[in-house]
Amino acid sequence: MTSGLLDQAPRAGWARWRRSWWYHATVYAQTWRGSVAGAILFPFLFLLAMGVGVGHLVTAHVGQVDGESYLDFLAPGLLATTAMQLGEGESLWPVLGALKWVRTYHAAVATPLEPEDVLAGKLSWVTTRGVATGVIYTVIIGLFGALHSWWALTLPLIGGLVTLAFAAPLVAWASGVESDGAFVVFYRFGTVPMFLFSATFYPLDAYPGYLRPVVQLAPLYHGVALARAAASGHGATPALLAHGAVLAALALVGITVGRRRMRRRLVD
Amino acid sequence: MSWSGAEPELIVEARGLTKRFGDFEAVRGIDVAVRRGESFGFLGPNGAGKTSTMRMISAVSRPTAGELTIFGLDPRTEGPRIRAGLGVVPQEDTLELELSVRWNLEMFGRYFDLPRAEIRQRTAELLEFVQLSDRANSRVDDLSGGMRRRLTIARALINQPQLLILDEPTTGLDPQARHLLWDRLYRLKREGVTLIITTHYMDEAEQLCDRLVVMDHGAIVAHGTPRELIDQHSTREVVELRFGEEGVEPTPARLASFAQRVEVLPDRTLLYVDDGDEALRDVHGDGLTPLSALVRRSSLEDVFLRLTGRTLVE
Ligand SMILES: Nc1ncnc2c1ncn2[C@@H]1O[C@H](COP(=O)(O)OP(=O)(O)OP(=O)(O)O)[C@@H](O)[C@H]1O
Ligand SMILES: [Mg+2]
Repeated sequence: MTSGLLDQAPRAGWARWRRSWWYHATVYAQTWRGSVAGAILFPFLFLLAMGVGVGHLVTAHVGQVDGESYLDFLAPGLLATTAMQLGEGESLWPVLGALKWVRTYHAAVATPLEPEDVLAGKLSWVTTRGVATGVIYTVIIGLFGALHSWWALTLPLIGGLVTLAFAAPLVAWASGVESDGAFVVFYRFGTVPMFLFSATFYPLDAYPGYLRPVVQLAPLYHGVALARAAASGHGATPALLAHGAVLAALALVGITVGRRRMRRRLVD
Repeated sequence: MSWSGAEPELIVEARGLTKRFGDFEAVRGIDVAVRRGESFGFLGPNGAGKTSTMRMISAVSRPTAGELTIFGLDPRTEGPRIRAGLGVVPQEDTLELELSVRWNLEMFGRYFDLPRAEIRQRTAELLEFVQLSDRANSRVDDLSGGMRRRLTIARALINQPQLLILDEPTTGLDPQARHLLWDRLYRLKREGVTLIITTHYMDEAEQLCDRLVVMDHGAIVAHGTPRELIDQHSTREVVELRFGEEGVEPTPARLASFAQRVEVLPDRTLLYVDDGDEALRDVHGDGLTPLSALVRRSSLEDVFLRLTGRTLVE
């Protein structure tokens, strides 16, 4: 017979969290259909077409944007936007699937893992990807000569924060629903407008005054602003703290609600 | 360690165990005690509350009320520790479909924090046991339903559990795979592993279970060894009659005079009697001409019908 159950001292929660992180990481590594070349090519082409190409036009007709070249203005926003998309893409269908269709989260909680460990592993893995993507984008943005401060070294962390700020509430949402009906609506009427109107492509003061508060409501706006400040090294500290606080608050609310819902869903 | 001394004789002990989903009471205060090394069965019709009970005993689903200990530990506070010693075959497979058979086993070993070398060795051994060695690198998605079921069973054994909880483990298995599993379960039992099983196959329950309970509508309606249940809830023999087309068969009331109990099923009529041959003679003597007639000994199936059955005429 095996060694007694009682010899196996319970391990701390972080050890289970690590196992869940590893699980998500290896599933990703095994099922990833893209290629590294593709992951690098997209931001490269985007910055070439929009940053350099459109940038020429902007410089010719408008001059500087918010005191920067258009490329400098645009590039950090691309990083934040990509981080957002990453956080969204990993959080809705994959989570509902793991809870309802393939039920792999149910498999996880039949082992020593707790629902909170599953959530922690999921979110920390997605955040890891956000940081990794941030590293790649930071390097590429640097190659375009659009980094002007040592603060740019924090860009990967900002990428991770933005990813988590989206992933955490969306995972919480997905853990509480029975069908994916509303997800498409969210993409159509949430993500796409946010992508277009978060002062990513033109500055906030290009909007009429009454629209500015609306733009500022968009979580992505705060990520873009933070990334832009890191790349340029300019920015008022209170405003930056506020941007960071908005993102952190989203992450925190998401984690808090997500823990409750994940537990209710998995152990009913 | 929360306690010392000998390991407990009762692997699972439940008192007044209750599970509610909203207003609906799926498990209504059941008492269960499973001893070390025994093989314990839960029978019952669809919706009886078997899976709800198994999920609580698996230290996953939280009881709404009542007391429950597993390995003498409280699942509310010691869940991870309890689950480290459990193997669970859930009713529905929960495999990672896009990944390989081998990966599914190895990853599960990682969940239990087993050493890599041990995982590799056990994976090879378990693949052999469920006869999936040649499919080790196939995606689970590409396996047949029965093969997936076998993989789920293998996965439940990766941590060499002391208590194995099987929720309809053989559903979808071909006869050979089923007998292989039975054989493996006997062996595990001999090694001291405790088994808790639900099944809709009464022959399986009779073969595998030392003791069992029959659940209906969330409550336990009978318990005992298969033999005891048959003795208590059925007659010694059963006569199975088929009457062909509808309208031809005699009314249950007419048949009731030959038997202690009559059970009318859609395709046949069962007479519960002590002496089957004698009853059959009476049936023929009364001018009845069934298309076919069969005399057999009572089985768990009859107990099940009796306890949870539909049409019943005493
Ligand atoms: N998560 C849930 N939410 C609401 N009701 C549930 C839930 N899980 C089970 N039930 C209900 O509880 C009852 C018992 O279900 P359970 O799955 O335990 O039955 P079972 O005995 O395993 O049946 P089967 O033989 O069909 O597997 C059913 O009426 C079912 O609809
Ligand atoms: Mg069931």
